[in-house]
Amino acid sequence: MRDVGIIGIGQTPVAEHWGRSIRDLAVEAVQAARQDAGVERVDAIYVGNMLSGELAGQENLATLVADAAGLLPVEALKVEAACASGGAALRAACLAVASGAHDYVLAVGVEKMTDLLTDGVTAALATAADADYEAGHGISFVALNAMLMRRYMHEHKARHEDFAPFSVNSHRNAARNPRAMYRHEITPEDFMASPIVSDPINILDSAGICDGAAALLVAPASEARRGRRPPVRIAASTCATDTVGLAERKDPLVWQSVADSARLAYAQAKMAPKDIDLFEVHDAFTIVSVLSLEACGFADRGSALKLAAEGRIAREGDIPICTLGGLKGRGHPVGASGAYQLVETVLQLRGEAGEAQVKGARVGMAQSVGGSGSVAITHILTV
Amino acid sequence: MELPRYHRMRRALYHLEGSACAACGGRFFPPRSVCPSCRKGDLAPYRFSGRGTLYSYTRVGQAPRGFASLAPYDVGMVRLEEGPLVTAQLSDTEGVDLAIGMPVEMVTRTLRDAAEHGYIVYGYKFRPLLRP
Repeated sequence: MRDVGIIGIGQTPVAEHWGRSIRDLAVEAVQAARQDAGVERVDAIYVGNMLSGELAGQENLATLVADAAGLLPVEALKVEAACASGGAALRAACLAVASGAHDYVLAVGVEKMTDLLTDGVTAALATAADADYEAGHGISFVALNAMLMRRYMHEHKARHEDFAPFSVNSHRNAARNPRAMYRHEITPEDFMASPIVSDPINILDSAGICDGAAALLVAPASEARRGRRPPVRIAASTCATDTVGLAERKDPLVWQSVADSARLAYAQAKMAPKDIDLFEVHDAFTIVSVLSLEACGFADRGSALKLAAEGRIAREGDIPICTLGGLKGRGHPVGASGAYQLVETVLQLRGEAGEAQVKGARVGMAQSVGGSGSVAITHILTV
Repeated sequence: MELPRYHRMRRALYHLEGSACAACGGRFFPPRSVCPSCRKGDLAPYRFSGRGTLYSYTRVGQAPRGFASLAPYDVGMVRLEEGPLVTAQLSDTEGVDLAIGMPVEMVTRTLRDAAEHGYIVYGYKFRPLLRP
């Protein structure tokens, strides 16, 4: 297998893009990534997307994007892994280049969510859950996470305000990211005053509905070193799965797919949690950050809240997370979020993250989680 | 819920019917055709008692499409006395202070908006245990 590098990145601002379609967004990100790389050649394009059929009435999406971006007749495939779809697109691109099947491959994440009203989006997001035994019973995605959070608070005697540092951190970092949707800081008091969505989860526990696209151009690492941008190497790319139904796990508070994908990634990169300079966590809800940090070995079971309370997740801390705002602050265009996390990790490793720069960052981990911890895709990038 | 899906799921929805593994004795809800514990394929239908305790719960305020007439409604995860966890709507919770660990029992109720397809979908929900 060949070493793979990232030679170009592009992203649209995350926002409610009323005037722009799913194809407009994807094309903007693709063109930006190609321009960043200074490379014309594209051998294949993998489009990570979760809900184009549900929300835009559009499948056959990858071909649509390839056409709109002027790339016909290249290989084009949609990759879907719920909210981890953007990470899955890079995983697919990485496999294609590592295997030698292709040399220059685009990985795109794109989602267009704001054409529908909230009940339609809520129903669409619930398709990541078990359609027969969760969504079919009116169990929304936020409700599943709310039940996890309540159980966590019960088992570990945590209070709701203990989760505030995650949201405060994401907003603080988003305020320093010009592409982020929520560019304002919040206080723990704002967090506690925020309206409940599904108790105990409130608005500021939750990532918002929005639109966006991000893209990465990958190539063999040998090509990447000759490129015009500082080369970023993909040191690990892994995927692991667990039951789709949250109730079917031995212990719903142990996110085994997340733990497995992280363990495989550490092994591939020959690294341990202590070697990671920054971690783009899938903070769709504050409870997801907590369970992910514990599953990935950054905190013992029941102690991730302490990590946040001590400020260790901040840009100046020893394990900065969500450094450009995360899903909470930058916004969570679901199938695109994984690609945004990776683009942001590349910015950090190149030293191009501006005011949000993590000093001396050389190793970044980005992890996308689909469903309630049912599929996890982890990448470790290095310079 | 589409009619063929409703018909296909009737045993699970009406009787809380899952499966039991002949090889390892594991009992599962929802029903499975391959055992997730021993990975063998010798499973038979198994009806759960419908009694259990509340593992966790929340209230759905923003109902997904198809559930608006029920909103707001409580949902929970129930630890059945036979072992498995089940995710379901809770029923008869008005005036009840829900708590983790409280005993609950299965009842059959209307699951979703009747207007959606012109027929009523019935299925399991759980209510606080009436007679302990």
